[in-house]
Amino acid sequence: MPKDGGIGASSKRREDVRFLTGAGNYTDDINIHGQAHVFFLRSDIAHGTLNAIDTTAASALPGVVRIFTGADFEGVGGMPCGWQVTDKHGQPMKEPAHPVLATGKVRHVGEPIAAVVAETLEQARDAAEAIDVDITDLPAVVDMKAALASSDTRVHDELEDNLCYDWGFVEENKAAADAAFEAAAHVTTLELVNNRLVANPMEPRVAVGDYARSTDEHTLYTTSQNPHVIRLLMGAFVLGIPEHKLRVVAPDVGGGFGTKIFHYQEEAFCTFAAKACNRPVKWTSSRSEAFMSDAHGRDHVTKIELALDSDNNFTALRTETHANMGAYLSTFAPSVPTWLHGTLMAGNYKTPLIYVNVKAVFTNTVPVDAYRGAGRPEATFQLERVVDKAARELGVDPIALRRQNFITEFPYATPVAVEYDTGDYHATMDKLEEMGDFAGFAARRAESEAKGKLRGLGVNCYIEACGIAPSNLVGQLGARAGLYESATVRVNATGGLVVMTGSHSHGQGHETSFAQVVAEMIGIDESMIEIVHGDTSKVPMGMGTYGSRSIAVGGSAMVRATEKIIAKAKKIASHLLEASETDIELKDGAFSVAGTDKSVAWGDVTLAAYVPHNYPLEDIEPGLEETAFYDPSNFTYPSGAYACEVEVDPDTGKVSIERFAAADDFGNIINPMIVTGQVHGGLAQGIGQALLENCAYDENGQLLSASYMDYAMPRADDLPMFAVDHSCQTPCTHNPLGVKGCGEAGAIGSPPAVVNAVVDALQSAGKAVTHVDMPLSPDRVWAAMNG
Amino acid sequence: MTQVTMTVNGKAASGEVEGRTLLSSFLRDQLKLTGTHVGCDTSQCGACVVHVDGVAVKACTMLAAEADGADVATIEGQANADGSLNVIQQAFQDHHGLQCGFCTPGMVMSAAALLKENPKPSEAEVRDYLEGNICRCTGYHNIVKAIMAASGQDVGAIAAE
Repeated sequence: MPKDGGIGASSKRREDVRFLTGAGNYTDDINIHGQAHVFFLRSDIAHGTLNAIDTTAASALPGVVRIFTGADFEGVGGMPCGWQVTDKHGQPMKEPAHPVLATGKVRHVGEPIAAVVAETLEQARDAAEAIDVDITDLPAVVDMKAALASSDTRVHDELEDNLCYDWGFVEENKAAADAAFEAAAHVTTLELVNNRLVANPMEPRVAVGDYARSTDEHTLYTTSQNPHVIRLLMGAFVLGIPEHKLRVVAPDVGGGFGTKIFHYQEEAFCTFAAKACNRPVKWTSSRSEAFMSDAHGRDHVTKIELALDSDNNFTALRTETHANMGAYLSTFAPSVPTWLHGTLMAGNYKTPLIYVNVKAVFTNTVPVDAYRGAGRPEATFQLERVVDKAARELGVDPIALRRQNFITEFPYATPVAVEYDTGDYHATMDKLEEMGDFAGFAARRAESEAKGKLRGLGVNCYIEACGIAPSNLVGQLGARAGLYESATVRVNATGGLVVMTGSHSHGQGHETSFAQVVAEMIGIDESMIEIVHGDTSKVPMGMGTYGSRSIAVGGSAMVRATEKIIAKAKKIASHLLEASETDIELKDGAFSVAGTDKSVAWGDVTLAAYVPHNYPLEDIEPGLEETAFYDPSNFTYPSGAYACEVEVDPDTGKVSIERFAAADDFGNIINPMIVTGQVHGGLAQGIGQALLENCAYDENGQLLSASYMDYAMPRADDLPMFAVDHSCQTPCTHNPLGVKGCGEAGAIGSPPAVVNAVVDALQSAGKAVTHVDMPLSPDRVWAAMNG
Repeated sequence: MTQVTMTVNGKAASGEVEGRTLLSSFLRDQLKLTGTHVGCDTSQCGACVVHVDGVAVKACTMLAAEADGADVATIEGQANADGSLNVIQQAFQDHHGLQCGFCTPGMVMSAAALLKENPKPSEAEVRDYLEGNICRCTGYHNIVKAIMAASGQDVGAIAAE
C-alpha cells in the first residue's frame, strides 16, 4: 500500500498550486518602485582589442540614466573562480582576470562591453545601439587542439599559451597503467566528443539590484541555485560589501541545471549600479543573451583506451581529454573535468589501474562550467562507450562483459581516490533486463525490419558521486569553499514549525519532500511544516543545490536539527510528565512514558517552551529552535543500468527512441513521485544531448546556435514514455536518511545507451560503424552509414 | 501611445501602450498578470501561451494593440470559481506534470486549447500538439500523462508513479 504521508509517500507537491495558478514569484515578477532597466551591449566578435568606447551620443538619448563601461569598475574585483586545480607538475592552474565589463580586449561573443541604465528597457536598448565601440579584430581560437598547437593567438596575452592546466590523475599510477597496456591481450581504443551544451532552464536569468542609502544595505534578487554563495563571492571578492550589508534573494527559480550556480557579471553589475544610480536596477536576460552569457556545459574531446586480459577482465584504463574552459574561468569550471570526472573513471568496474590526463584549454568561446551531471556524464559516456566497443570487438555480450567486471564487494576503494560505500550493480542490471524485455528484442527488431527500419538495443551502467561534498576533502582538492549544508528548525508555540534550509528548490519539490521527512520524524501532519529557502536574510549560511546534494546533505542537516528539537522537546515532556527523560517516547506527535498511559501532546510541549510557566528553567532555556550544519563524511554513489531501443531510418538517418528503461539505485527514497520525475527530466536532457542538442561555433568564434531556432531542444514528440524503477535500494551508509540523490542520474546515464543502441542498429545492417559523435542527427547517422 | 481595452479573465482591462508593446508585456507589466511567462525571443518556447477569443496564441508574438477589444484568458483565470484547481490544473498536480513551474502556465493553456479541439487525444496527438511548448524539467512524460488524464482517459497503464 502506498503511504499517505511521511518518508516514502508520493505526497503531491504543495508548491504546484501557486505555479499552476500563475501565482509563482519568479525574479522577473519582482518590480521595485522607481526601478531603472539595464541593457548590456555585448561583443559581437569573438576576439578583439578594445581600443575605445564612446558613450557621448548614447548618453544624451532620452531616458538614459547612466552608461557604464569597464573603466567604471577600476578598483572593483574581477569575477572569482571557486576552485584551484593543481597541474601534474604541482603548479597552480592559470587563472586570468575576468572583468565585470570588458577591459582591453573582448574574448568571446556575448562578453559585456557596456551597460546602459535607462528608464525603460527600450530606451536602454536604443542607447546601446548608439554607443560607438572601436575594436580591432584578432584571430579567434575555437578548436582546442589548435589552441594548444600554437601560442601565436592567445586568449589572454599575459599567459604564455592557451593551456589552463595539464592534469594527471593518478600521476603515480601512470607507469603501472602503461605497463598493463603493454601486457594486455586486447586493447580497445575510442576517440569521441562530448558535445557542448547549453543548459537552457526555461526561466532566463534575471538580476534586480536594490540599495537602501539609509542603512547602506544592498539587496540582490537573482535567479540562483545558491544565494549564499553569490553573497559570499560577490560581497567578498567583487564588490567589497560585507555580508551583513548584503542580502541575496533567490525566490521561485525556473530551473537551474547547474548554470544558475555560478556568480555572473550581471549580478555584480546590478548590485553595483543600484548604489551608483541610487535607484533599483533590473536586468532580464533574453533567450538570445542566455545562449551567449549563461555558462555552457560539457565540451570535452577524449581518447580512451581499455586494456583487457585474455579472460576479458579489465586490467587498465587510460584517457586523454581536452576540456574547453571557454574564454574565462567560470565559478567552478576547473573542478568539472578533474575532480568531478577523473574520480568517476572506475565506473561500476574493478579496473585496477586508471590514469586520466586532462588538458584544460582557453578558447574564444563562452565559459564552460557544470551542467547537470558535470564531469560525471563525460566520464560515464566515454567509459560505457569503450566497454561496448570492446564487447563488439571481442564478440561477447556487452551485458556479460559488464557483469564480469562489476565491483561486487563494498566498501570499495577505487584506484581514482574515491571509496564507494554501497551498491549492487547486478541487481539494477537484473531489474533492467526485466523492464527492458530483452527477450522480446529479436521480435521487435524483426518488426522494425519489416517496416524497412533498423532497430538497435543499447545498454549501459553508470555510477556517480553525489551528495557533494566532504569539506576537508574538497579543500585538499582545491575547492575554495566548504560544501556542508545547514538547516534551522524553528518550532512555533502552537506546534507548527518552519525549516529554514540552505538547500534551494528550483523544481525539485523540496517544500514537499523536506516536510515529509520532518513530519515522519515528529509524527505530525506535513501541513504543519513550512520549508523556507532562498533568502540569505532568513536562512543560515547554506551552500545551495547542485550535485544531487539537497536531500543527502541539506536533508541530513535538517534531520540533525530536528533531532536536536526532539531531544529538547523530550526534556520538556519529561518535566511535564514528571518522568525520567530516558523513558520518554515520541510517537505520532505525542510524548509518552514508556510502559504507561501517560502522555502529553506535541502542541502542549511546544506551548510550554514558549510559555514556560511549568518548565525546567534551571536546566534548559525556553524556546524551541535549533540549527545544524551537516558536513558529509563521503560522497554518495547512486548507480544504475539503462537500456535504450532505437529505430533508425536507413534512408534518412533519423533516429527515434522507441523504448527507454532506467533501473536506478538511489538508496532510500523520500517521495517516489518526485524521484521518478527527476529521472524523467534527466533522461530527456541526456537523450537531448545524444540526439539533438549541440552548441556550435564557426571557425571565427561566431555562435551559430543562439536561439531555439538553431539549438534543438527536446520537444514532446522527440521522446517516448519512460520506464523508470528505483526499487533496487542499497542505502547510503553514512548519512542519516540513507539517501543518495537522484537529480543528475538520468542525464548521466542516458547518452551512452542511445549511442550504443544506434551503433547496434547500424551494425545489424552490416555497417562497419563503431562510433558516431553526438548529437546523432540524421545527417551524421546517414553519413556514418554511407561514409 | 495607443489606448487599448480588452476583457482579461472576464474583467475589463485597459491601458496605454506603444505600437511595439507585446501582449505579453502588457499583461505582465501593466496588468501585473505575471503568470504569463516569457522564456524566449523567437516564439518557440510557449511559456507565454494565452487564449485570445478562445484561440491559443503566444502572447509574445501578438501586439497588445492587436488584442484591442478581444477576450483574453490567462493562467490567472483558469481556476474554478471557488479557487480550487480546474480539471487540467488538478491533473498536472496529481500526475506531477510540473517541476520548476516556469513553462507550466503555457502548458496548461495549450492543454486547454487541445482538449477543446480534441476531447480525447491519443498520446501521439498530445505530443504533436505540444510541439510549440518546451519544458526542460519533466521530459514531458508526466505532462502528456496529465493531459490525457484530464481528458478522462485511464492513464494507469502508463509507466511509473
